[in-house]
Amino acid sequence: MLINVENLNIDIATANGTLAAVQDVSFCVSKGETLCIVGESGCGKSITALSLLGLLPKVATRTARAMTFDGVDMQMMSKAELRALRGNRLSMIFQEPMTALNPLHTIGRQLLDVYRAHRKASRKEAKERAIYLLEQVGITNAVQRLNNYPHELSGGMRQRVVIAMALMCEPELIVADEPTTALDVSIQAELLRLLIDLQKSFGMGMIMITHDLGLVSRIADRVIVMYAGQVVETAPAEKLFTNPSHPYTRALLGSVPDPSHPRMKPLPSIPGTVPSLLNRMEGCHFLDRCPLASDACRKPIQLQQIGGNHEARCIKVGEGKIRLKVVA
Amino acid sequence: MLNYAVRRIFMACLLALFVSFISYSLIFAAGDPAAAVAGEASTAADAERIRQLYGFDQPILVQYLHWLSGVLRGDLGTSLYFDQPVATLLLGRFAMTAQLGIFALILALVIAVPLGVAAGRWPNSIIDRLALLFAVIGQAMPSFWFALLLIILFSVKLSILPASGTASWQSFIMPTIVLGYFAMPAIMRLTRSGMISALEADYIRTARAMGLSEARVLFDYALRNAALPIISLSSAQFGFLLAGSVVVESVFAIHGAGSLAWESIARGDLPTIQALVLCFSLFYVVLTLLADMLNAMLDPRMRSK
Repeated sequence: MLINVENLNIDIATANGTLAAVQDVSFCVSKGETLCIVGESGCGKSITALSLLGLLPKVATRTARAMTFDGVDMQMMSKAELRALRGNRLSMIFQEPMTALNPLHTIGRQLLDVYRAHRKASRKEAKERAIYLLEQVGITNAVQRLNNYPHELSGGMRQRVVIAMALMCEPELIVADEPTTALDVSIQAELLRLLIDLQKSFGMGMIMITHDLGLVSRIADRVIVMYAGQVVETAPAEKLFTNPSHPYTRALLGSVPDPSHPRMKPLPSIPGTVPSLLNRMEGCHFLDRCPLASDACRKPIQLQQIGGNHEARCIKVGEGKIRLKVVA
Repeated sequence: MLNYAVRRIFMACLLALFVSFISYSLIFAAGDPAAAVAGEASTAADAERIRQLYGFDQPILVQYLHWLSGVLRGDLGTSLYFDQPVATLLLGRFAMTAQLGIFALILALVIAVPLGVAAGRWPNSIIDRLALLFAVIGQAMPSFWFALLLIILFSVKLSILPASGTASWQSFIMPTIVLGYFAMPAIMRLTRSGMISALEADYIRTARAMGLSEARVLFDYALRNAALPIISLSSAQFGFLLAGSVVVESVFAIHGAGSLAWESIARGDLPTIQALVLCFSLFYVVLTLLADMLNAMLDPRMRSK
């Protein structure tokens, strides 16, 4: 097992009190495995990703019952040990290619900096590695591109560079936080295919954060569905798609646009909004939006075992075979 | 880069020409220059004679071109008060002031930048608060008063530094400190805010996620980005330093361009005033040009515009 996280909690101090952004999230990823974390904006996906690399903003505090990387307790790591891990064995791809690169350095310089931060390599070796990776991520004229500044490249090109940068030191685990949301749809598909190919050929573990369920169905080995800071369902990918058990998961799947959807008609969506996490909720977080909700849902609800490796945070699993109505 | 440099230099030349015209015209802003030169006890006939002697009766453009052709040949006219060429008069004085300004700016940068980096790295920490206090005092305290305090401490009480004059290098220590402290606060606060916003940038998060050392993140990635406005501000501050040196030069009895300007205005020494305004302005134009060049060297986006 590459990374193991048990009962991760992240609190954010705000002017209006403490916000429990992530509550008791647990997961693990092995070599070569892909874990997808899905959920709508603000459910705590990205902050979970940042906490893995110890990159939380100062206002956020992280606690976990266990958090190990390759058997080593990450909570006990010194800053230097964590830094030696980041970008090296554990790497991250960010969402915003337009701002993720330093505008004042050439991309070559930035790629070399990463390699030389972790390897005792000569400039020449680092440069060869950078050229190799730029070619791997589909950049032509890699040698000349090293001298380009980020503003001279398109968004898709920059994201390729960001991916190459994350792969410079052959990481064992890569965390990708919506790596393609900022890009054109046509480039999205191409880059994702590239990322998945690279994952396969380098044998990396991957944590992919996304809200694109179509993508999840294609790449995930395991899926975590998050809602308002909590894991509401976790299952192997095929089980999640054949037997979605939590009402939120079902609603989420129901709101995936269907190509046969009539034109000019509103797209399906889940009624209501995500609750504020400023007030700690005792019961089910999806209560206000759930058609199956009852008084019993106001009590704290634990993840319930449904089948092998499949858990859902709902006491009504199996009930209400009614197809969850999604408002169109 | 070359393209950008050529364009900027061309613009600077145009600006210098414009500035020279303004500085020449200035003498007419204060009224009839002939009457001013002739003095209070003169008659209208005296003024008329002077008007013809100095060419004040000719169209202003003709006068300007005449003056400009002199300037280009290094002839800035003759001082009315000292009765010697303004050029030779100015050379030593201006060098003195520029030297003082450069040392003061270096001192200001050496103190302000590290302090600003530390304050920006740990905002609201004790070091940030102390830096702010230090800056506020510098901004609030008049230079002449600070100069006098230094003289009382180092010259009168401790007798380790000369109170005035330019006899030795020690004479420049206190003026440099006073001027430097005057320039420091703005640079410090800009460094601080620049560092804070740079450290919040996505590319810094990327650099940290890639495991780059804190020193590299702080100085090579964040400070480099924060440095762009600092360079621009420094060149502007230098202009203020030259202006501010009038006060400091008079407190420390340094015969620099600042005190010369002050005295010449009082004496109505028109050619000297013109030449001083011209020199100060050109100096400023060159500085701005240098700052732009330095920024363009650091920021590739500026070069390609």
